[in-house]
Amino acid sequence: MAGEKNGEGKEAKEERKELIKLESGEAEQPFRWSAGTYGSRFLSELRDNCRFVGVRCPCCGRVYVPPRRVCGPCFRELTELVPVSDEGEVITFTVVSFGFVDPSTGRQKPVPYGYAVIKLDGADTYILHYLDETDPGKIKVGARVKAVFAEERSGSMLDVKHFALLRA
Amino acid sequence: MEPVAVVGVGMTRMERERRPDGYADLVYEAVCLALADAGMTIDQVDNVVTISNDFFDGRTISSMAVQDACGSYDKNISTVEGDGAFGAFYGLMRILSGSFGTTLVCAHHKGSESDMSLITNAMFDPVYERSLGIEAVTSAALQARAYMDRYGVSEEDCALVSVKNRANALRNPLAQLPLELTVEEVMSSPYLAEPLKVLDCCPVSDGAAALVLASAERARKAAGKPVWVRGVAHCCDAYHLGDRDLSDVRALQRAAAKAYSMAGIDDPAREIDVVELYDAFSYMELMWLEGLGFCGRGEAGRLTAGGATSLEGNTPVNASGGCLAGNPVLVAGLNRIIECALQVRGEAGEHQVEGVRTAVAQGINGPCGQSHCVWVLGGER
Amino acid sequence: MGKRVAVVGVGMTRQRSSRPDVNGQELIHEAVRAALADAGMKRDDIDAVVIGNMDHFEGINYVDTWSVDGSGALMKPIMKLTTGGTTGSTVAMAAYYHVASGLFDRVLAIGWEKNSESDTTGAIITAFDPFWDRPIFAGAVAGLALEATQYMHLTGATEEDAAYVAVRERRHALNNPFAHLHINLTVEDVMNSPYLSWPVKMGDMCPRTDGACALVFASEDLVEEFPNQPAWILAVADRHLWAYTSDPYVNQALENGWWFPALEWAAREVYDKVGVREPLKEIDVAELYLPYSFAGLRYMESLGFCPRGGGPELVRSGATDMGGECPVNPSGGVMSSNAIGATGLLRVAECALQIQGRAEDRQVPDVRLALATGFGGCFWSDVLLMGREKPERSRG
Repeated sequence: MAGEKNGEGKEAKEERKELIKLESGEAEQPFRWSAGTYGSRFLSELRDNCRFVGVRCPCCGRVYVPPRRVCGPCFRELTELVPVSDEGEVITFTVVSFGFVDPSTGRQKPVPYGYAVIKLDGADTYILHYLDETDPGKIKVGARVKAVFAEERSGSMLDVKHFALLRA
Repeated sequence: MEPVAVVGVGMTRMERERRPDGYADLVYEAVCLALADAGMTIDQVDNVVTISNDFFDGRTISSMAVQDACGSYDKNISTVEGDGAFGAFYGLMRILSGSFGTTLVCAHHKGSESDMSLITNAMFDPVYERSLGIEAVTSAALQARAYMDRYGVSEEDCALVSVKNRANALRNPLAQLPLELTVEEVMSSPYLAEPLKVLDCCPVSDGAAALVLASAERARKAAGKPVWVRGVAHCCDAYHLGDRDLSDVRALQRAAAKAYSMAGIDDPAREIDVVELYDAFSYMELMWLEGLGFCGRGEAGRLTAGGATSLEGNTPVNASGGCLAGNPVLVAGLNRIIECALQVRGEAGEHQVEGVRTAVAQGINGPCGQSHCVWVLGGER
Repeated sequence: MGKRVAVVGVGMTRQRSSRPDVNGQELIHEAVRAALADAGMKRDDIDAVVIGNMDHFEGINYVDTWSVDGSGALMKPIMKLTTGGTTGSTVAMAAYYHVASGLFDRVLAIGWEKNSESDTTGAIITAFDPFWDRPIFAGAVAGLALEATQYMHLTGATEEDAAYVAVRERRHALNNPFAHLHINLTVEDVMNSPYLSWPVKMGDMCPRTDGACALVFASEDLVEEFPNQPAWILAVADRHLWAYTSDPYVNQALENGWWFPALEWAAREVYDKVGVREPLKEIDVAELYLPYSFAGLRYMESLGFCPRGGGPELVRSGATDMGGECPVNPSGGVMSSNAIGATGLLRVAECALQIQGRAEDRQVPDVRLALATGFGGCFWSDVLLMGREKPERSRG
């Protein structure tokens, strides 16, 4: 195979200090995403009533949370909104300890934090959310959790502050 | 080329802002329409090609959002980032490979959710060009000026395209901008970037489209009249605007020559009955008509003024109203193909042209029509 | 029936943490020039170009038209595909279908990325739904950590089991001059490396890389024209299931007996097409998109190399080491180089080199059947089987 001898040769290293990078700086591209009919309903229920809703597939019976318009496996449109619990169980989890910039805010995300895939009671699909625990030794797959709502809510997933582990 | 047909088509209405739906909702609507048109269920779709652009959708891997909506569950699927005409071309090749009997192709665009200028600015080189603020409209203005100066085309010649296409759109219930206009009104609309005026430019649109392609064997089982792909090709010109003669249409000429040769077309003006092309700006229709070989260079203005491209003319161009009447980017090329298919089927409704046997559709990628894809469709194999 | 298709030219840049000495087009051009030279071709000989990367890693829109100076697509057909981590393998499949369709005889496939030009984690977070996932999702590392936790819970596998994979990949990379990371790691080193997102540690993860890869795909009608032995594409398949980041964890997986449906269904499709029944025995080498160590356990099970839960034993047995029954990632894999848009295509490139007997210090003896995979998106999977013998018929 013909490979290229490039990159980190002596000359390249010497020239490196002359290699200019252009920073994009404050440039950003604003977007206005649509939550859709059911997504809007889900978010307004969170905001106004601290409640979760899902949508049931008439074909396979699966309850999707957050609600969506189409069941992928059945390729059927979903219309039946159903309430689901604000309690559920941890399907899997991690504790995030590496620092990174959150593109939603442009700021460093404070770490560490517990972070889980959660199955709300009454739902068949899962949501992602924070846990109130940062010691992996104290979190178990299957642990029971309950949503803790933020005091100020704006119609976003962050209207839930985090999920609290329910100690047996 | 083995015979492949368009057997099902679906388009949503084009709107300035489609509420409250997200783009996956639009895709679902278009896909359901195309399947219904083909008389097929999702189970008869062998594979899927989606079309999306991470910039326009404001997310990386933006095709992820449509996986449920396009019915790709447990199917082979891929994603082309570019105009729908290119995505459909990939869908066609997947059938020609013998691996699949049918391909569902779908595209979406929600111009209402982002800032078009910022996004099209990102087409340009970040080091040398982007900071100048150049984007789709301003780069098109440079091309329009280059073309008009070289060939003595007037702003009125271009305005006439806008008048014609917006009037055609009055007959298209899916169009976003059906308008009764005069050349004077176009001429007196404000400049966005000289020589382009507001009424020379396509609107920002939301919309989606889907089509089903099928092999000859599978086309027989579809409900409607198959529309056969007789030729298709694409070609890309140089990137930096300074590397191109912007008045030139050589990439389109090369793509058209290849597509015509596949289709056995020698004289497009005589043999092609209807054209749907990418008129994001009025001058583009004139340039692309020349590139597609319907007249000599610099003659499209006269051709248009003479009425040859009107609904009643010899070769109606953009009977649907074209991109000037609604331009969901990426969807636009798919819409051109779909409009051609409907014309060949004789099912274009109020904007149907009589006796269409052969139609040409065109889509573009990149600034100033850098890359062109040309489709020839016909009623016979 | 479609044309049979082979890879006849391979080009790649050295994979590096940062290449400030070239812009994107120039980086692409290095790989393209190498591939053309390898295939004994000139730019004029290319019929079409297929290219892929992820837009937001470099912030370039319409990479197909932007790339022309580097890709050689001037006045030729060029098409861009993008599917996230699977982009490179998606590009390979697209090149395959271009040629199999009979419309093009010689197609250039290009995968590239300059991950040094942006914040990779930030760009990956924006891959997910702005309402449901993005406010909370913490990028690829944390997403994979969720998979690792679930895998350990279901199988009893340990962090040390995973460390064996990380060590193997880095050891293999020492034989590959093109690899980004050349580090001699021990299991202890991996275990002592800091947690990024429990249970995933620094030593478990792939790096971020600048690099490009280009391959020439050719039709059966003219493979004789090329200096290299053809590496035939025997079958390709993919599944891009799911739309939301938490969907893959839905234990529909368990209900249906599928652990990783996208990979299992795609693998089953290519195995069925080629007639592979016992992958570990029949496949001579595998270049797999393993973005982190736990993947080297779980995905082996999904690919049918061992029973469910058997990943740790398979890896510890040495079967996937150089000299083992089916060496995995002789190149050092993704954990040693990860220029994301190039990564899937590099897997196909490495399989081609292995089949052609040109993999030099990383060569596995007598490779007749090679497996390449791509991974990305929402646990999406692309699978390609390649071989030395010309297939009886096209069966992509």
